[in-house]
Amino acid sequence: MDFLQPASWQEALELRAARPDAVPLAGGTDVMVELNFDRRRPGALLDLGRVPELRTWRTEDGCVRLGAGVPYARVIDELGKQLPGLAMAARTVGSPQIRIRGTVGGNLGSSSPAGDAHPPLLAAGAVVQAASAARGIREIPVAEFFTGVKRNALAPDELIGAVRVPVATGPQQFSKIGTRNAMVIAVSAFACALHPDRRAVGTGIGSVAPTPRRAADAEAFLAGELESAGLWESRGELPETLARAFAVRVAAAASPIDDVRGTAAYRLHSLSVMARRAVTWAWNDLREAA
Amino acid sequence: MSTDAGTRSTTTTPGRVGYGRVGDSARRPDGTLKVTGEFAYASDLWHDEMVWGVTLRSPHPHARIRRIDITEALTVPGVTAVLTADDVPGDNAFGLEHADQPVLASEFVRYEGEPVALVAADHPETARRAAKRVRVDYEVLPAVTDARRAMDPGAPAVHRPGNLVRHLRLRRGGEAPTAPVVVSLDFEVGMQDQAFLGPESGLAVPAEDGGIDLYVATQWLHVDQRQICLALGMPPEKVRLTLAGVGGAFGGREDLSVHVHACLLALRTGKPVKMSYGREESFFGHVHRHPATMTYEFGAQRDGSLLYAKARLLFDGGAYASSTAAVVGNGGTLGLGPYRIPSVAVDAYGVFTNNPPCGAMRGFGCVQAAFAHEALMDELADAVGVDRVAIRQLNGMREGDLNITGQVIDSAAPVGELLQIVSELPLPPERGAHPDLRSLPGAVNNTTHGEGVVRGIGYAVTYKNVGFSEGFDDYSTARVRLEMTGGEAVATVHTAGAEVGQGLITVEQQICRTELGVERVVVHPKDTTVGSAGSTSASRQTYVTGGAVKAACEAVRAAVLDRAAGVLRRSAAELRLDGEKIAGPSGELLAGLADVLGDDAVEETVEWRHRPTHAIDPETGQGEAHVQFAFSAHRAVVDVDVELGLVKVVALDTAQDVGTAINPDAVVGQIHGGSAQGMGLALMEEIIVTDGHVRNPSFTDYLIPTILDMPPMQVTVVEYADPHAPYGVRGVGEPPTISSGPAVAAAVRAAVGKPLRRVPIRPEHITGT
Ligand SMILES: Cc1cc2nc3c(=O)[nH]c(=O)nc-3n(C[C@H](O)[C@H](O)[C@H](O)COP(=O)(O)OP(=O)(O)OC[C@H]3O[C@@H](n4cnc5c(N)ncnc54)[C@H](O)[C@@H]3O)c2cc1C
Repeated sequence: MDFLQPASWQEALELRAARPDAVPLAGGTDVMVELNFDRRRPGALLDLGRVPELRTWRTEDGCVRLGAGVPYARVIDELGKQLPGLAMAARTVGSPQIRIRGTVGGNLGSSSPAGDAHPPLLAAGAVVQAASAARGIREIPVAEFFTGVKRNALAPDELIGAVRVPVATGPQQFSKIGTRNAMVIAVSAFACALHPDRRAVGTGIGSVAPTPRRAADAEAFLAGELESAGLWESRGELPETLARAFAVRVAAAASPIDDVRGTAAYRLHSLSVMARRAVTWAWNDLREAA
Repeated sequence: MSTDAGTRSTTTTPGRVGYGRVGDSARRPDGTLKVTGEFAYASDLWHDEMVWGVTLRSPHPHARIRRIDITEALTVPGVTAVLTADDVPGDNAFGLEHADQPVLASEFVRYEGEPVALVAADHPETARRAAKRVRVDYEVLPAVTDARRAMDPGAPAVHRPGNLVRHLRLRRGGEAPTAPVVVSLDFEVGMQDQAFLGPESGLAVPAEDGGIDLYVATQWLHVDQRQICLALGMPPEKVRLTLAGVGGAFGGREDLSVHVHACLLALRTGKPVKMSYGREESFFGHVHRHPATMTYEFGAQRDGSLLYAKARLLFDGGAYASSTAAVVGNGGTLGLGPYRIPSVAVDAYGVFTNNPPCGAMRGFGCVQAAFAHEALMDELADAVGVDRVAIRQLNGMREGDLNITGQVIDSAAPVGELLQIVSELPLPPERGAHPDLRSLPGAVNNTTHGEGVVRGIGYAVTYKNVGFSEGFDDYSTARVRLEMTGGEAVATVHTAGAEVGQGLITVEQQICRTELGVERVVVHPKDTTVGSAGSTSASRQTYVTGGAVKAACEAVRAAVLDRAAGVLRRSAAELRLDGEKIAGPSGELLAGLADVLGDDAVEETVEWRHRPTHAIDPETGQGEAHVQFAFSAHRAVVDVDVELGLVKVVALDTAQDVGTAINPDAVVGQIHGGSAQGMGLALMEEIIVTDGHVRNPSFTDYLIPTILDMPPMQVTVVEYADPHAPYGVRGVGEPPTISSGPAVAAAVRAAVGKPLRRVPIRPEHITGT
């Protein structure tokens, strides 16, 4: 197995194109597990750890351009204000050691239905920046990025350079169910974002379908109900019936299975409880901010 | 009453470090190495010329092996040996109680993961790949995977003649009287794993004499040696074992794992062979705690006093006997808890299935039963309108009582007092208005800010036998040497007692310091060049090997004083040994140890036994089955998000009678760890087996508590010395694992208001979805 260590982004993209048998390596918290279990024996590892720009973030045009190699620990420390939903999700990932190594780019690369970064990225309306030596940058809305269980829209010669996440214009929440209180893979997960500027609602659900996905009907329903009740203006209390009706629609977007981590029925139930609670917290935050 | 003789100490501050004698919190000799990551565990074993051994395991829970073809595997470059059942020179059978388990499967495989072939190669990866090229032709057979069906007439037989491993029948006090209050329940306990952090590992080195030296992580070197000798067809002098660094055991290393396999490969290749399981293989490489289904009934007076108890316990032993019979023994003889019950009928069964073999795990048969009897005790309390602590105190055993096998409890039995202590410990504060997420169910997973959270409190009390029971010849051997080295008195203590992390080596040093007055005590590596120490299990080593070391020290002291008496021309009876001094009746210095010993060493080896136990009557289960009983009580406080079914254990406080705390800090460490393990079973730890297949053989999905699941504990250590035991010690390691889980389960039931008759309690059991 070759170990490729490009020192620049350009070199990384060229190697990616030249070595289709190479597996990109960011924090390694998924890749090394796969190698250890002999589930994968790639011809080469393409270590992205020496590409400086992958490990940076900056704000441009109302978005955070988050380098694919920024680890969770830095998302938590540095981006809690701009990307609160993602920071909350980052805080639930693994253990301190995993949060220091693991990256959002790696989470996207794995595209697990249980990846914790995905729901907040969906709720925020993020865009994945894929890049190739041949074609340059290609922007993929995160909602179109996941194509199946652990599959995504990247072409074989592409790498994820960054993810562009709109800076929060309103409150965001993330909740995740696990059978223990830390270091646990999500049994179900929910993220929501209120976009008062556009009078819109964003959602993302995890571990309840073959891919992470939005609950688009629920988003439109809630935004519309808030509109017709004049709540975007008045910032009045969110009626509990509305929160519940929203939660029912969130659950309707899911198509969960039974597995060792939980039953499909519990996944649906817990998803709707999280949706109701989280949207209420987010709305209350919005009212307090007013 | 013994309660007056004892002292009670609340261990909230660390114990005295002192001189490292009995009663001091002496430092562990391996402590710094372990904390700094320098300790050599069995997985670190290395030999420059070694090759690696791997195991090919059955993918089927039950199948006939038609043919095994190793040709292709042998052609893989780097492979030095491929072995099957035909290559086992001795008996192709091993087992702790019955030799019913093949070293390598020959005709049948009886569980998923059963070893079928071995491969040695110059690299573990090569060996693994070659193992995949061993072609095994299986004829898949119907499997019995539901223990409740195992004794049905039509059930497939896992072994001949049938699937019953043991039925323990216990009857006492005549027919159950009619009782004004009757409560009953069914309870089910899932399969727990020991989840030790250091997977199975060993290094077998072929020796010039044609024998073998095996370095291995284990719990009992001599029982391993006996089984290895039978499988290799070699005498014990040719099969020498040395304990390698053990990363936790909890019962999971009582049965053989890599032992015979590594020796077979080493003898075949003529090279040192290392075998080391990964985490996934480890889940298939050791026995687990028996899953159990139980039916219990209590009859009582209107005031709650028990009149009778009936219990039926069924333990799923899996594919091989392992220690199932002894687990049934414990479940049957102790499975009604530390209560006085006039009329008793218990039937405990262990059966074979094609599930993973189950055997020893901390708490050994008492853990499962305690969930049932403690849940039923709560039912009884509610039925008669008595407080849940008071009902246990009302029925709790006292010293001098007879237990359900008719054995007198002949030392402290402070059931009522332990409950009183835990019920009076300060309760955690109520949840504030803006609680830290980490203090809530779900923690930073951010599932509640207080919504749906209900607090519950639960109590449980238990007792557990210490040491081996039912007539087993339970002994330990210690060799102690005293000599002057570099002008200093040095004692060397040599036992085969396995240090598995619990601190036996510290205890051995403390006893030598106390008995001989020396400061320097060298612990000889644990090996089979000294006699058996018995198993590091059943909470027995401080008692039994501690007893042997004490006796060996006494023999050394007597020998030294005999020599001194000769030198000094005085009677040995009026002399005392204190470190490097021989003193007279009033403490006056008469001679130095150096004057008495010169360059000689005094060495004594002692085999030491506790009071004998006896087999129980096969019809009635009556008899003096156990040598000592250890008692503990827990109070759990939990916050449950009843809408999501998530639990945060807020407090888990305990009181335990340890007889005498030889090392107070180590005692509290055992209590912390045992409590966490019991809580793990109540809330999350389960090997999920479907149709004989293990579905979660990894720490991704076999969850054990983290620091955010385990609350800080208030631990009250009670010391009522047992007059029959050396220093008055009472076994410590297991009771916390038994009473903590039922207390947590009771607290969850109290919060949720549902029966919850199965553990681990999963979120969907609470929510009903
Ligand atoms: C103990 C433990 C606990 C965990 N807990 C959680 C958890 O709670 N929640 C959770 O979501 N995950 C969890 N994970 C999984 C893992 O940590 C995350 O998925 C993490 O985000 C992976 O990031 P990484 O940088 O380590 O990726 P790597 O392992 O380096 O890579 C992951 C995948 O992404 C690809 N990749 C990486 N970078 C790029 C790139 N720039 N372009 C294209 N492809 C790329 C790799 O080829 C690989 O397929 C856990 C893992 C472990 C070992």
